[in-house]
Amino acid sequence: MNKLNFLSPDKNNLYKYLYLGISLFFISILIVFLNSFFSLDLTSYLPGTLSYFLPLIIGFIGLHLIRIEYSGIKFLDIVNKNINTNSFNALLSLLIIFAVIKSIPPLLSWFIIDANFVGDSKDACSGSGACWAYIKTWFNRFMYGMYPNAEQWRINLSFIALAFLGGVGFFASEKFKKYLTLYYVVVYPVIAFLFIFFFISGGPIFFDFSYGIIAAVISIVIGFFIPSKFKMYYFLIVPITIYILLKYVFFYEELIELGKIQAFEWVETGAWGGLSLTFIVSFFCLIFCFPVGLFLSLGRRSDLPIIKYISIGFIEFWRGVPLITVLFMSSVMFPMFLPEDMFIDKLVRVIIAISLFEAAYVAEVIRGGLQALPRGQYDAAKSLGMGYWKMHIFVILPQALKLVIPGIANTFLALVKDTPLIFVVGLLEIVGMLNLAKTNPEWLGFAMEGYVFASIVFFIICYAMSKYSYNLEQKYKTER
Amino acid sequence: MENRGITFGYGFLSQESSFDVQFSLIEYDGSHSYFRAYLVGLLNTILVSVIGIIFATIIGVVVGIARLSSNYLIERTAAIYVEFFRNIPLLLQIFFWYFAALRALPLPEKAEPMFGVFFLTIKGFFVPAFVWNNLDIFIYSVIAAIISIVFVRLYAKKKQENRGIQTPVLSISIGLLIILPLLSFLLGGVSASIEIPVIEQLSQTSFTYKGGLKLPPELISLALALSLYTATFIAECVRAGVQGVSKGQKEAAASIGLTPNQVLKLVVMPQALRIIIPPTTNQYLNLTKNSSLAAAIAYPDLVLVFAGTALMQTGRAIEIVSITMLTYLTLSITISIFMNWYNKKIAIKEK
Repeated sequence: MNKLNFLSPDKNNLYKYLYLGISLFFISILIVFLNSFFSLDLTSYLPGTLSYFLPLIIGFIGLHLIRIEYSGIKFLDIVNKNINTNSFNALLSLLIIFAVIKSIPPLLSWFIIDANFVGDSKDACSGSGACWAYIKTWFNRFMYGMYPNAEQWRINLSFIALAFLGGVGFFASEKFKKYLTLYYVVVYPVIAFLFIFFFISGGPIFFDFSYGIIAAVISIVIGFFIPSKFKMYYFLIVPITIYILLKYVFFYEELIELGKIQAFEWVETGAWGGLSLTFIVSFFCLIFCFPVGLFLSLGRRSDLPIIKYISIGFIEFWRGVPLITVLFMSSVMFPMFLPEDMFIDKLVRVIIAISLFEAAYVAEVIRGGLQALPRGQYDAAKSLGMGYWKMHIFVILPQALKLVIPGIANTFLALVKDTPLIFVVGLLEIVGMLNLAKTNPEWLGFAMEGYVFASIVFFIICYAMSKYSYNLEQKYKTER
Repeated sequence: MENRGITFGYGFLSQESSFDVQFSLIEYDGSHSYFRAYLVGLLNTILVSVIGIIFATIIGVVVGIARLSSNYLIERTAAIYVEFFRNIPLLLQIFFWYFAALRALPLPEKAEPMFGVFFLTIKGFFVPAFVWNNLDIFIYSVIAAIISIVFVRLYAKKKQENRGIQTPVLSISIGLLIILPLLSFLLGGVSASIEIPVIEQLSQTSFTYKGGLKLPPELISLALALSLYTATFIAECVRAGVQGVSKGQKEAAASIGLTPNQVLKLVVMPQALRIIIPPTTNQYLNLTKNSSLAAAIAYPDLVLVFAGTALMQTGRAIEIVSITMLTYLTLSITISIFMNWYNKKIAIKEK
């Protein structure tokens, strides 16, 4: 029989070490487990410090004993390789395991066991746990802000319809795939805007924008019959002409009457709020900031000095200032430069401000992609006789944008996470609504529940976005 | 602008501000000028940014290295931390710490002291303060130590390049940093005593601590949220940087007989830093700009003091917003110029 050497366990007495080590390890976990779940202190007879560190010491010895290389037992090797490579790692592993065991009961009791789920006033929440009744009572406010309760179906309807229309791309057949870009870049934002204007805002049926849409539709329909040679000139001139004709000649008298008809009750933007406002702001900022950023990045690499330096100045300015001051500017400084009778809604101002701000970041990300492309791509495109726009649209940008998907996704994530800042101009999205609910005298003292709820909501949104961008990145990854 | 009756000018900066600021690094009260209020805000912004940058770097580097650990549990813990904190808006985190977590702290009269001298209460974190005599001499001695360390390093580098002899720069530097300030204590008449905060009753139910240094809860929650949030991004930068050094480099270094420490210090780190520094600079810039969220929890930073209170009082929106933006622009450009210089210094010198 071999002698046991406890300082350096080896393979000769594998099972003796193993039984001893595993039992010590499980004793240590059992001590912590009982202590944490049933508040039983097995080591209370020992002096204070020792009793505190005893599980750690026992577990450490246990892990030391089972650290046997190439034992031939598959499971043991995996454990050793992953959590038990040396003493330091063993110590850290033990600490993490203990911390997890210790933190489960308080978290569980706060979230579920001691929490209150029912009730509609503060009195219902007497337990030591979370008060989810608070979230339930305020749920509508967190989702829709101050939007009238009776009208909230309008928001739901718009969002469901827009989600459905946004999902069209997944079902499109091969034949229509090539129109998808046009659809998402031009048609979808317009539809989204109309939905939000008519349904959520309850705007009048006829307004300036409607003429524009009618003009666009008419000119596109006529456009099919125009020979392709003249198409460009046609689309430059005709839509604007039709728009002016419609507005000032045909509909001029009816305008006043039609402009007054509203299908729904008007809800001003100040009353919008909650998570739906987060979605609205993020959606439009995403749509606007991308093309602006694209042009800025092209401008920054342009050969024309004026365009180049304007782009550099613009990008560096927006990147150098915090968003909160930009919003301050849009709310207190910007209106002073407008003519007296002109009024721009604060939601629109906020969307413009955030879009320009994020566009500068998008521009820098895209510039990274443009710089990463080898010169040969430019030379090859030019040698085929492509002009600036053709070269960029068909050769450079598809490759550059593919390279910077993670970067753009990060910028978009940052944008979504920046939306709570609109509290500066008095718009209350979900975080703002939480702060409002928190100060309600009937519901004092539930700040924690609210923030935890909003954290979970934001975490789900942002985590889903980052996973989606990762999938996109994998999908378009090509060997170069 | 004219027809709204608004005049333009920066003369208001020298007027009396007549508002008070809760927390200030320099002497300030309502009788000082608006310019002084601006300085108070600026210094508070810089203070919270510097604290945030230091802690974010420490946490970020530790978590970044932990994400590369071979230990599955450590790697997962670090990954969960990163995924969790980077996907929650910073403003929400600041609110969480300020309104939820720090509000759960005890009242001053019920606070248990930590190590006998630190008091973490709902009214702030009270720590012992140093009371200095001849502080300026002490600061001069520290500056002198730093300058001499720079010279020692230059000399050591020259010596190694010319004669191939290595000098123990690190121990000499530490020695200088200890000895010179110590000399200032012995010879320069510098002395420091520690002032421990003592509880004091203001009224029947209101208590506070007197003496020592008070860190207001706004500062703590802001610094905490900023560093925890930015650390996740720095951790990812660090991870990408270390992963960006090819394995062959480490193997080659090991094969010429360098010890693991030398491999890390002489081969891996210089190459990893080259990848790490540019994105980390961006994160420092972001942190500085994000510190403006202080306005949301009434930490008196530049935005709250100047673009908030001063703007409300004077109504000079254009001047004040433009000064605020220019200040941030200058701060950002300063940091980025410094970091570009450093980046250029360590970049590969290709022939």
